[in-house]
Amino acid sequence: MSDADSRLSAVLGSIPYARFIGMRAELAGDEMTAILPFSDRIIGNPMLPAIHGGVLGAFMEMTALAQLSVAEPLKRQPRTIDISIEYLRSGRPLTTFARARINKVGRRIANVHVEAWQEQRAAPIAALRGHFLLTAAED
Amino acid sequence: MNTDPSAGEQHRLIANTMNEGSPQARALGFQTLEIGGAVAILKVPYRPEIVGDPETGVIAGGVVTTLLDHASGQAVHAAMTEWTSIATLDLRIDYMRPAQPGRDVLARAHCYKLTRSVAFVRAVAYEDAPDDPVAAAQAVFMLDSSAGKKAGANLKPPRSRTEGAA
Repeated sequence: MSDADSRLSAVLGSIPYARFIGMRAELAGDEMTAILPFSDRIIGNPMLPAIHGGVLGAFMEMTALAQLSVAEPLKRQPRTIDISIEYLRSGRPLTTFARARINKVGRRIANVHVEAWQEQRAAPIAALRGHFLLTAAED
Repeated sequence: MNTDPSAGEQHRLIANTMNEGSPQARALGFQTLEIGGAVAILKVPYRPEIVGDPETGVIAGGVVTTLLDHASGQAVHAAMTEWTSIATLDLRIDYMRPAQPGRDVLARAHCYKLTRSVAFVRAVAYEDAPDDPVAAAQAVFMLDSSAGKKAGANLKPPRSRTEGAA
């Protein structure tokens, strides 16, 4: 297990809400894919049925937090400063994937963009951008 | 916004349906404390499973996100006299401070503008008072979002996979 691997499992394992919604993540080299298997518990609209928009937002936010922990050792979890979520398509009862791109990491602030999709990467169901407050391991 | 008692009953019914009928809302234990006049106040009871950082015991930001989204949706229903399907288009949240560990979190949402197609909402999350917020949100909802869709529509693949929002 690489350092990044162990940091990733440590961060996701340490977030009870990530377990609550059933989220996990896989690492291929330095590329992380977050995975949210479908379960009845994450439904927001039971008629369609559709995944709760809040769950998709939370999933993408935790994807950003996990990506930051993979990128570099941090003393403690980054704190979310602000997020902006765009909902593009209804979340169908399928597995949802997400990848995060760190646009900038400064000394204290990181800017991260996340995209979530289901069957087709080219047809994202939601996107998030956020700023996060960092505490580096050596601080 | 409306003082008709039957509208009050209908808003209460929508709140109960959204809290009990939505599995995620039920799993998180969402309760509506007040609904009506374009305002909804919801509560999520504190419990260890919904914590974001076990070192501090603070509720996950994602739970606050879900609560703000859910409360904002109910505020939109509370601004209307007839039930219409709605879907979140855009949700922006500022996290001002961590929630206090061990405390329930409340969200107060106000639908301050309703047009034929969209609704605009502001919401805050807090423990004791809306003027000492944990987080503040600004949301936009699409109205009549399930127009032409039947129950179970999401069980089938979309008509076209690369165009058009569901």
